[in-house]
Amino acid sequence: MDDYIIRLVDISKEYFGNRVLKNVNLKVKPGEIHALVGENGAGKSTLMNILFGMPVIHNTGGFTGEIYFDGEKVDINSPKEAMEKGIGMVHQEFMLLPGFTITENIKLNREITKHNLISRLLGERLKSLDMRAMRKDARAALDTLGLDIDEMLVVEGLPVGHKQFIEVAREIDKSHVRLLVFDEPTAVLTEIEADLFLEAVKKLSDKGIAILFITHRLDEVMRVADNITVIRDGEVVGELTREEASVEKMARLMVGRKIDRIQKNGRSPEENNNDEVILQIKNLRVNMPGEKVKGVTLDVKKGEILGIGGLAGHGKIGIANGIMGLFQASGEVYFKGKKVKLNNPKDALSKGLAFVSEDRRGVGLLLNESIQTNIMLTAMQVQEKFLKKIGGIKFIDRKTAAEYAKKIIADLDIRCTGPEQLVRRLSGGNQQKVCIARALALEPELLFVSEPTRGIDVGAKKIVLDLLLQLNREMGMTIVITSSELAELRSICDRIAIIYDGKLEGILLPDADDTEFGLMMAGGYSSKTKEVS
Amino acid sequence: MGERLKKAIHNFGYTRIIIILFLAMLIISAVMLKLQMKNIVNGMLVRTGMNGLLTLAMVPSIQSGTGLNFGLPIGILCGLVGAVTSIAIDLSGIKAFFIANIIGIALALVAGYVYGVILNRVKGQEMLIGTYAGFSVVSGMCMFWIFAPLRSPKMIWPYGGRGLRVTISLEGIFDKILNNWLSKKILGVDVPFGLLLYVVAFCVLIWLFSRSKTGIAMQAAGGNPVFAEASGINIDKMRIVGTVLSTVLGAMGILVYAQSYGFLQLYTAPLFMAFPAVAAILIGGASINDATITHVIIGTFLFQSLLVVAQPVANQILPEGNLSEAVRIIISNGIILYALTRIGGGEQ
Repeated sequence: MDDYIIRLVDISKEYFGNRVLKNVNLKVKPGEIHALVGENGAGKSTLMNILFGMPVIHNTGGFTGEIYFDGEKVDINSPKEAMEKGIGMVHQEFMLLPGFTITENIKLNREITKHNLISRLLGERLKSLDMRAMRKDARAALDTLGLDIDEMLVVEGLPVGHKQFIEVAREIDKSHVRLLVFDEPTAVLTEIEADLFLEAVKKLSDKGIAILFITHRLDEVMRVADNITVIRDGEVVGELTREEASVEKMARLMVGRKIDRIQKNGRSPEENNNDEVILQIKNLRVNMPGEKVKGVTLDVKKGEILGIGGLAGHGKIGIANGIMGLFQASGEVYFKGKKVKLNNPKDALSKGLAFVSEDRRGVGLLLNESIQTNIMLTAMQVQEKFLKKIGGIKFIDRKTAAEYAKKIIADLDIRCTGPEQLVRRLSGGNQQKVCIARALALEPELLFVSEPTRGIDVGAKKIVLDLLLQLNREMGMTIVITSSELAELRSICDRIAIIYDGKLEGILLPDADDTEFGLMMAGGYSSKTKEVS
Repeated sequence: MGERLKKAIHNFGYTRIIIILFLAMLIISAVMLKLQMKNIVNGMLVRTGMNGLLTLAMVPSIQSGTGLNFGLPIGILCGLVGAVTSIAIDLSGIKAFFIANIIGIALALVAGYVYGVILNRVKGQEMLIGTYAGFSVVSGMCMFWIFAPLRSPKMIWPYGGRGLRVTISLEGIFDKILNNWLSKKILGVDVPFGLLLYVVAFCVLIWLFSRSKTGIAMQAAGGNPVFAEASGINIDKMRIVGTVLSTVLGAMGILVYAQSYGFLQLYTAPLFMAFPAVAAILIGGASINDATITHVIIGTFLFQSLLVVAQPVANQILPEGNLSEAVRIIISNGIILYALTRIGGGEQ
């Protein structure tokens, strides 16, 4: 009747009287790569939960609308039913058993078995694994994705990118899979890994598998998607083909307001002629799992925005974490000529350094506490701010704390119901602002910021970056920003240091050539003459 | 409207609602069985007061991140040693109670510190280790009760021999010293204002502590250790502070309990004393990560009231001697069991 593999017709959904989806229509043909883009909270996940018959949907009153799979009206009541129909899902978080090999992970619960002596006597359950056949299947699935890796390796310790591929391999090994849903698959990948991944996605679609790709990385959408559906606030606001689409157009639809393309704000060395070194890092080694730093020597100039870039796993994240005492570190760090004690967060904080962690929910926030408590806590513990003495005991001074919180909520435009709101209930972008507010309460002279825009939507991204610029330009705060997104670094930094294999590969100006950045990130620069500005 | 009600119920916590309904059911049957309600209400208030501090002892340990303090018997033993010493030097009245507290607190400071250091080495399994630490210390102290060089006739067996008695009467020492203080009859019910005031005073102190610099640091260490570390807080130290406070409250708590009960219970009696306190705070709505003074007050009242009402009701319904005792044990342990299944908290 129709040649669509999946058709969602007039899907609407309410959560406690709150409409999160309004008459959403979506259709995907076999072999088509269909991108679903939208800001966080636009309703993408809810739509996918409906498609998979997740219990959360039924528990909250179900939905209205119809789903047609392969031309037939279907009623999907559980993720299991969805899988039986041939809908596969690759999650953002990996669901892999670390101690098992790649093959075992791919074949988990669908192992190929063969009879042995005991099973012939005692029944099916005691059949042994046919490892050879399983390896063959796993190999075939990995080859489809173009991943050249031994299928008998143990998953534990593999790079994130490979884990993502294994996750996908498991889905395509289910031989009848006809529609694959990717939920922000490249969010955790580095740019190079993402490239490989997108290639693999294309290969899959060539095989006739329909692909639904949820993301907010718009340039990826431009590269792979055949068709694009943009949703905003639960409504479809745009259906584009690749020919019609452009990054600006999608971003505009998504955010609902015009956003200017990130421009370069970094200053040239002449403009920023302050040569005073505020932070000296000498032979810093940090033992941070997955991000080891193996001897970095680097100077940070007063009043600059220094970017630290590099591929995931090469140690760029370890630098700030090491200096701030969160991971075992050795080497020498001088701040304004004074030695900073390593492995001692308190010393670093009290010397005037502050850190906005990349692990927002893990390190950055007390999720079950109020915005106010989060903002003032570090300053209170380290600098004795927001305290008053009553009878020799230091009590929290709620009045000054509340005043400060209100002021900074207004300054940073944190969207909330008030300083008493729990941080857990804020969106990612606003949580990030709370993290920054907490660091600002310390009135630091140097601020480390790691992955400030990870996992927050386009609109909020720009606000966060603008905020950092503003802090630097107006308050003269020195900022060291670590990010996996090179474009982001190039948009605000004065200089960008590239870390490769735990060491400084070189320092570039933001307007340096793409190829130079590429070369440095891949470690091919050491042989060439070093340009250190 | 229906939605709102649903949300309100959800926020209040199903655990508390179920327990309240059960309590209401028992009270109604008590009234229908024409039981002495005045005595029952008095029993509820007295038992809430006498167990209040023991439940309160759970708050610092939960807030500092060591979870429910199943090692509470350690603190209880400190309090008991305090009481025994105060009897041995032949004190009575307020002086006896005061000195027992001083000695108990002093011992609890040391014991709490040592226990805190141990808990810092077994992060993630505090509750299991705590249970067995409590068990072993109780057993170890059994030897102390036997070999302690105390000869006061109030405490040794009437026929002489070695060791202290299993239960030591506090009559003439500090029996009911708090229960009788400021006690007034209201509508025919004896209300132990003094006892309740004493407990409320410590609740306020702990609440004040939670708003001090150290108190906030301790809560941060419990709420998110990595965050706390990144804020320059010494997590191990804060966990020790929480454990010491909890142990001290355990020591003081058992003295309040003992003066109301009228007896000191030595040997294996402290073994299971952590469980009613744990059950009470869980019923009050706390979880292993979150506990407040409100949880303590509501929880202690609900849990102890249930026990108070359940016993006479069971007696009436099943007059055959042993059966009612069995029913009582089933009910009290049943509530503890139910509370433990709610360990994740009622508000999620």
